[in-house]
Amino acid sequence: MTTTVPTRTLVIEREMPHPPQKVWRALTESPLIEEWLMTNDFQPVVGHRFTFRATPARNWNGIIDCEVLEVEPNARLSYSWGSLGLGSVVAWTLTPTERGTHVRMEQSGFGVDQEANYKGASYGWNKFIGNLERVAGGLS
Amino acid sequence: MTPANANYVFRALSDPTRRGIFEELTRAGEQTVHALTRHAGVSQPAVSKHLTVLKRAKLVRHRRQGRETHYRARPDALAPMVDWLNLYGAFWRDRFDQLENLLNSKTF
Repeated sequence: MTTTVPTRTLVIEREMPHPPQKVWRALTESPLIEEWLMTNDFQPVVGHRFTFRATPARNWNGIIDCEVLEVEPNARLSYSWGSLGLGSVVAWTLTPTERGTHVRMEQSGFGVDQEANYKGASYGWNKFIGNLERVAGGLS
Repeated sequence: MTPANANYVFRALSDPTRRGIFEELTRAGEQTVHALTRHAGVSQPAVSKHLTVLKRAKLVRHRRQGRETHYRARPDALAPMVDWLNLYGAFWRDRFDQLENLLNSKTF
């Protein structure tokens, strides 16, 4: 279901006994998002900048700066996810199944700049995260 | 070792040149600023500046020998980052549970 840490991307998948249209609403309607994720000012519009707000913790103000990157109703949604000076992308993919919907969330890191062309920046960061596994293997 | 402030670690590693320097030290072991400069493809003052940022994050340590300064990586300084990744795994699993609860409880 989940990759273990540390790897270059974090993937969580689950089949849910609900139609994609319903899952989509939970992923894209601000008051519904707040019920399961965080306070937000999300809008399903590519280019829309928004924030998620969590309870601040030590060394963290609890604010996640995001920008909507992809909106494909009932199928695919992605947004950049920046906090602690580290940018990543959260991508949701919904696939209809016989029992409902296969929900896949992938979070991949790419570096500090989450402006338009994140793909160019992603290479070094992904390579680094891949190497991190080897380096961190030496940690107790 | 007392871990550095997580912000320093993330900030230090958010720059591709600094990641390159850190990776090189991890891969090849201790090196002088001169050797690192050849590898990094930027000027020596720039490398020294990057090393200062890495030092603040406790990602490298240095020792002087004669006129040369030798740097080596401290991979254990990555702990705040590993914690962060672990945290996210737990975070999203928990949120998936909440998403399912919401879907199960509502007819919208």
